[in-house]
Amino acid sequence: MNRGGYLVRRLASALATVAAAAVINFVLFRAAPGDAATQYQMCRTCSAEFRDYLRAELGLDRPLLEQFWLYVSALLRGDLGHSFQTRRPVWDELAGPLANTLPMVGLGLAFGLALGLVIGVVAAWRRGTAADWAPLSASMFLSVLPIQWIGLMLLLLFGGMLPTGGISDPYLRFSDPSWWQVLGDRLEHLALPSLAIGLAWCGSWALIARSALVGALGEDYILTARAKGLTSWRIVRRYALPNSLLPITTLIFLTFGYIVAGSLLVETVFSYPGIGLALYQAVQNRDYAVLQGGFLLLTAAIVVANLLADLLYLKLDPRIRT
Amino acid sequence: MNVLRRYPGGALGAVMLAAIVVLAVLAPWIAPYTSHEKVGAVYQPPSAAHPLGLDDAGIDMVTLLLWGARTSLLVGFAAALIAVVVGGAIGLAAGYAGGRADAVLMRLTDYMLVIPDIPLLLIVAAVWGRSMTGVVAIIGLLSWPRLARVVRAEALSVRERAYVKRALTIGAGNLRIVATHVLPHVVPLLLTLAIFAVGNAILVETAIAFLGLGDPSAVSWGRLIQNAFAGQAVSRDAWWAIVPPGLAVGCLILACTLIGRALEDHLNPRLRAGHLSVRTFRLAPVPSGGER
Repeated sequence: MNRGGYLVRRLASALATVAAAAVINFVLFRAAPGDAATQYQMCRTCSAEFRDYLRAELGLDRPLLEQFWLYVSALLRGDLGHSFQTRRPVWDELAGPLANTLPMVGLGLAFGLALGLVIGVVAAWRRGTAADWAPLSASMFLSVLPIQWIGLMLLLLFGGMLPTGGISDPYLRFSDPSWWQVLGDRLEHLALPSLAIGLAWCGSWALIARSALVGALGEDYILTARAKGLTSWRIVRRYALPNSLLPITTLIFLTFGYIVAGSLLVETVFSYPGIGLALYQAVQNRDYAVLQGGFLLLTAAIVVANLLADLLYLKLDPRIRT
Repeated sequence: MNVLRRYPGGALGAVMLAAIVVLAVLAPWIAPYTSHEKVGAVYQPPSAAHPLGLDDAGIDMVTLLLWGARTSLLVGFAAALIAVVVGGAIGLAAGYAGGRADAVLMRLTDYMLVIPDIPLLLIVAAVWGRSMTGVVAIIGLLSWPRLARVVRAEALSVRERAYVKRALTIGAGNLRIVATHVLPHVVPLLLTLAIFAVGNAILVETAIAFLGLGDPSAVSWGRLIQNAFAGQAVSRDAWWAIVPPGLAVGCLILACTLIGRALEDHLNPRLRAGHLSVRTFRLAPVPSGGER
């Protein structure tokens, strides 16, 4: 299999996945009981004429195939539709929250990775000792706890010390802050949400790092290295770790998408104005247009992350290239 | 007793799970109050009569935890059952049939794996309304793809074994071969995956409940966490309303994970080899599989 062919096939399958998500999107909302006009938040008591007018405006009075065509052609133009609630384009509604979510997830990922890798590497290295099972069990217990509960516990513990909600201090701008103060304020608000993400994920990272490293340590070249009389640290650092990092790097990308998609719970706990909270509010308002757009956006994010993981794998592992 | 020594984690998990199941089954008889009964002031701190205090509606926390265990376990096992049946069937079909059917089914599985589950849950629950059956169905239908992939890989390898070929030559039908030769090989694996699926389903249930999309009439552990959050337990320092449900969920899922990992270890002994660690270091390591 040559490299170009692999790339093309991979790209095609990514596009197909996004297309499938778009179709699911269409089907899910059309198959729902009632339609967007009857679910319209401000339309609980409106007249039948107004409902018909709304249906016409949303294109719901046309045949299903035509609706599908309209939906697809709008998507291809990059048009995700307009919010039922604010009437602004869905993309404008979601771009800001998405930009808020990314730094939170990035920081959380960095924190979780640092903690998880240290625990995992030490555990694999000192396999079967207290340094293996004690930190590993602790991080494993963290990883089975509901992330929203971890968030609540952080609120309970750090409630007085760090800001517990929002993205920035609304009163800060009155005191003419310096650039550093603004950055510090943002970091303070990011601290608890990303700590929650990091704590919730470090256990999985530790397990993955440990099993990858244990797998590498079971290989024959480690036995050879040991027979040569190399020190344990050298064996881990030069022989085992580089080989076990491969699955770990790709997994970073794979989980990044899921963390973004799953940021919903953390953002709800800390009322952090990210994409998850935007979707949650869209559910509360029955704003189907925003829901549809957000779902598609998140699926696309995961697909892109998966694609990046594959490309990275291709670059890192010479065995695939041949 | 040998099992206990070889898999202490798995044994611990089994004991924990059994204890929770027993408490849940006995809930109607051992719960001190009923789960709708206001027995004191809102967020009353723990006392002798109420060891874990009262919640945001003045209901006894111990009672709520006991009843909540029933719902959480029910959702976990029911959703896992759906996942096992659907995932097992699709995995077996894809792995045994191979060829085009395999390609189509695995493509479907891959799509399901990629689609972000929590946003999808949100949409499905928002569109179809809130009920216990709905929650179970959604979780079950979201968790089968993982199972299907693993089962398929196993079925694929079993299909190539000599006794399957022999059965085919004798004239056994495909359905018969799958039922009597392939399925029994896949069952241990399926059980391992099922116990992980139980844990996962319970975790997802807490997420659904937290977003206010669960069955409004059912008390579950996820619901208790949501109640504490919505009832401002944090700002009122009512830790007794927050800590126990989370720890309970954690223990239940941990029990499932421990059992699952012990089973996994048992099925794949190669994970036990390690040349670097002092204790398991041997000059003659376990054989590294026939295919290498």
